[in-house]
Amino acid sequence: MAHHKLKEKMIHGLFLLNGIFVVIVLSGIFAILVYTSIPAFKEIKLGQFLFSAVWNPTATFVAPSYGIASMLVSTLMVAIGAMAIAVPLGIGTAAYLSDVADQRVREIAKPVIEILAGIPSVVIGFLGIVLVGPVIAKVFHVSNGLNALNGSILLAVMALPTIISLSEDALKSVPKSYEEASLALGATHWQTLMRVKIPAALSGVIAACMLGMGRAIGETMTVLMATGCAIAMPRSFLDSVETMTSTIAIELGEVPYNTTHYYALFAIGLTLFIITFIVNMVSDIVLHKYQKVLK
Amino acid sequence: MKRYLHALTLVAALLFCANMAMAANSDMVQIKGSDTLINLVQKLAEVYMQKHPGASIAVTGGGSGTGIAALVNRKCDIADASRGIKASEVADANSKGIDPKRVIVAIDGLSVIVNAQNPVTKLTVDQIGKIYRGEAKSWSEFGGNDSPITLYGRQSNSGTYDFMKENVMKGEYASSMKSMNGNAQIIEAVKQDASGIGYVGVGYAQSATGIAVLKVAVNPSMGYYDPFNAIDVKTGKYPITRPLNQYLNGMPKGLAKDFINFELSSEGQAIVEKEGFYQIPEEYQKYNDGTLGMTNVVRGGSENKSVEGQYSK
Repeated sequence: MAHHKLKEKMIHGLFLLNGIFVVIVLSGIFAILVYTSIPAFKEIKLGQFLFSAVWNPTATFVAPSYGIASMLVSTLMVAIGAMAIAVPLGIGTAAYLSDVADQRVREIAKPVIEILAGIPSVVIGFLGIVLVGPVIAKVFHVSNGLNALNGSILLAVMALPTIISLSEDALKSVPKSYEEASLALGATHWQTLMRVKIPAALSGVIAACMLGMGRAIGETMTVLMATGCAIAMPRSFLDSVETMTSTIAIELGEVPYNTTHYYALFAIGLTLFIITFIVNMVSDIVLHKYQKVLK
Repeated sequence: MKRYLHALTLVAALLFCANMAMAANSDMVQIKGSDTLINLVQKLAEVYMQKHPGASIAVTGGGSGTGIAALVNRKCDIADASRGIKASEVADANSKGIDPKRVIVAIDGLSVIVNAQNPVTKLTVDQIGKIYRGEAKSWSEFGGNDSPITLYGRQSNSGTYDFMKENVMKGEYASSMKSMNGNAQIIEAVKQDASGIGYVGVGYAQSATGIAVLKVAVNPSMGYYDPFNAIDVKTGKYPITRPLNQYLNGMPKGLAKDFINFELSSEGQAIVEKEGFYQIPEEYQKYNDGTLGMTNVVRGGSENKSVEGQYSK
């Protein structure tokens, strides 16, 4: 008996340690980001950094400028565009897999969709250049397809497996009695799905979409390859854009350490971190509110 | 017991492998940098390794800026660079105890390319500058179709990006320029974009299809030349030429020295020509002799503005 208790305590301790470790790592990352970003603002005004659309830290003929507004807009455009495509498609596919598809289709389709998540981002980026780009150019009669739309489509493809797989799990975990009750009350299959199952699974579905969104905001290689990387402020989805992640990836490799440019790149990283943090927090708040209503 | 034995053998095997890897390390050269140079240097390394089994040379890209940064941070032995090292980079290197030495391995006629369907066949250096600075918006200004110009360029870690900016444009790039991830990607993009313009190393332009290489003049009265003629490039009649460099930390030693000697040998230079670039002329050979310690003249990387290109006439 005492032996069991000891074991229980040890396991308890181990999990506690794990939890603490994760928190320490996370706050460590945040601390480094803040610490390395601060020197950037000795030379750059915060307002200029956030609201100026001119980013040219390696300028030699004019003064270097460090404005991230166009990158910020680009990042949000690409990510929101990706979600606009992936969320309806993803939830639809998840509903199909959990409610409509027969066992055989589901057994094949689900692993296939999950394999899609394993495709390296550089391969997806390449498809963006050789396949999606030319199609966009043809459909929209523009000279090239390296633009925000291309990035959104590719990121949607990358976020889909996460959204589908997790949403399907959430839909499946809705108690069978809900469905039975709804059907017994005379609701159709469609009504049951839309008004009972999806609302009941909503917390899982939202979590799935948020994870997908997280991937879309943080993804680097694919957008770097497919969006054209022009630093100008985009006016439409058919303009080339350069996201915050692309800029960091392109410039961090060659930037001399401990220069304003170097610190500014970390400041971009910090901004990105804050954005994802806000996205997560908002989704958390929405989730809690919704759960309260449900109760 | 048997299980332990197996584990032991495994550990022994692993140790052995690690040992081998470490032994091989002494005869291993890491080369990193310019995307313009990567295919050429890879080819040179391949031929060299065939002739010297046991020598190991790893060539990776990332851009000239990345290569020089890697040299400064002791992450590579040789940095490929399609531009000269900057004064700030030399200062950074010196402060870390690195002494960058420059070797010129090939000559490039930087090629300005357009889509094969574009009726424009020639431009002046000033016009190219105007286009990339974003001051000219339509091809009709240069006798082409009335379509907006799509700019394709390189990312800021590229030596070619800097070379264009400093020597051709003499100004900042338009913010609408698309930053591509290498020569091959620029060619691919311009091939698909009827209104595109790009710039690539001549070695890439030689073998590409679906694009047209523009003839370039400093001054229309002096005539337009294309970068495919070795003599025009070497004499500077083709105006956008540049040396392609490798930077080392101090005098090259051992395998690195032997490999560089191979690059500069007639066999190495024949490969340079075969890959579409041009052999180094005599004045650069003399310069290299200095770097390699064959004469008493040793010049640092930043002082060689005079060698930087006959182009600015």
